[in-house]
Amino acid sequence: MEVGQMQRQWLDYTKSLFLEGFLDGQFLQLQQLQDESNPDFVVEVVSLFFEDSEKLLNDLTSALGQQSVDFKRVDAHVHQLKGSSSSIGAQRVKNACIALRNYCEEQNIEGCIGCLQQVKHEYNMVKNKLENLFRLEQQIVAAGGSIPMTELGF
Amino acid sequence: MESGSSSSSSKVLMENIVDQPHVLAVDDNVIDRKLVEKLLQNSSCRVTTAENGPRALEFLGLGDHRHNALEGNVSKVNLIITDYCMPGMTGYDLLKKIKESSVMKEVPVVIMSSENVPTRINKCLEEGAQMFMIKPLKQSDIKRLRCHLMNSRS
Repeated sequence: MEVGQMQRQWLDYTKSLFLEGFLDGQFLQLQQLQDESNPDFVVEVVSLFFEDSEKLLNDLTSALGQQSVDFKRVDAHVHQLKGSSSSIGAQRVKNACIALRNYCEEQNIEGCIGCLQQVKHEYNMVKNKLENLFRLEQQIVAAGGSIPMTELGF
Repeated sequence: MESGSSSSSSKVLMENIVDQPHVLAVDDNVIDRKLVEKLLQNSSCRVTTAENGPRALEFLGLGDHRHNALEGNVSKVNLIITDYCMPGMTGYDLLKKIKESSVMKEVPVVIMSSENVPTRINKCLEEGAQMFMIKPLKQSDIKRLRCHLMNSRS
C-alpha cells in the first residue's frame, strides 16, 4: 500500500474513533502536544495509561471479590481510572467508570461487578483500537510519510 | 512603596513568570503528571513533578527535615500546581501548609480537580489559591493560567 492510501486509512480510522465515541476532544489535545522534541508523546502517555489501567482493573476485581467489600477502596481505584481515561480522551471508558462509581456509592455489589465488566469491555476495545491506530502510524512513518494530523478537520 | 525583601521577592517571582517559570506540579496520577508536565513544558516552563503532598513539601524545603528559610527556597519555584484529590495530604492541605510558610506563602498555588464542586472551589480560593482549574487540562487552560499570573500580583 502506498503512503497516500495509508494516510487516508489513518484519517478514516481516526475519524471513526471519534464518531463512535471511543475518543473525545482530549485525545486531540494529546496529539497537539506531540512535536519534534517529543515525537512519541501520544504513544508514551497511552502506554502509561494501559499499564496503569491494567493494574487498576486487577485491583478492582480483587477488591470486589473480597468477603467484605471495602467500597472506599473500590471508589478510590475507580476515581483513578476515571481520571486517567478522561485525561487521554478515552470517553467510553470514562463513562463506564462514572456508572461504576454510582453503584459504588449505593454500595451495590452486584451492580458494581456488572459495571466493572463493562469497564473492562470498554477498556479492551479502546486498547485494541489505539494499538491499531499506532500500528498504522508506524507503517506510514516506515514508508517515509508523515501523520496527517492537521487534516483531521475537527 | 519599599517594604524590603517581600516586595523584591515577589518582583522576582513575577519576572520569572514572564520568561521561564519553574513550576512544581503535584498529582498522584501518573498520566495526569505526564500531561501537566508536557502542557507546562510546551509553555516554556521548567517542570518538577511530585506524586504527593509530602514529597512536594520536601522539595520546597518545608518537609520534616526542614531547611533554614533561605532565599534559595523562594527562587526555587515560581508556581505550584496541585491536584485536589490525593490520598493522605490533599491539595487543600498542601495549599494550607504552603500559605502557613513565611518562606513559600508568596508562591502562587493553583488547584486542579476533575470535580466541579463550588464549595470546594471557594474553600481553596479563600485559603489563598490563585486559581482553580477543572481537569482534564488543555493547552488553553495553561495559556489562561499564564495570563492570570501575569495580570495579578501573588
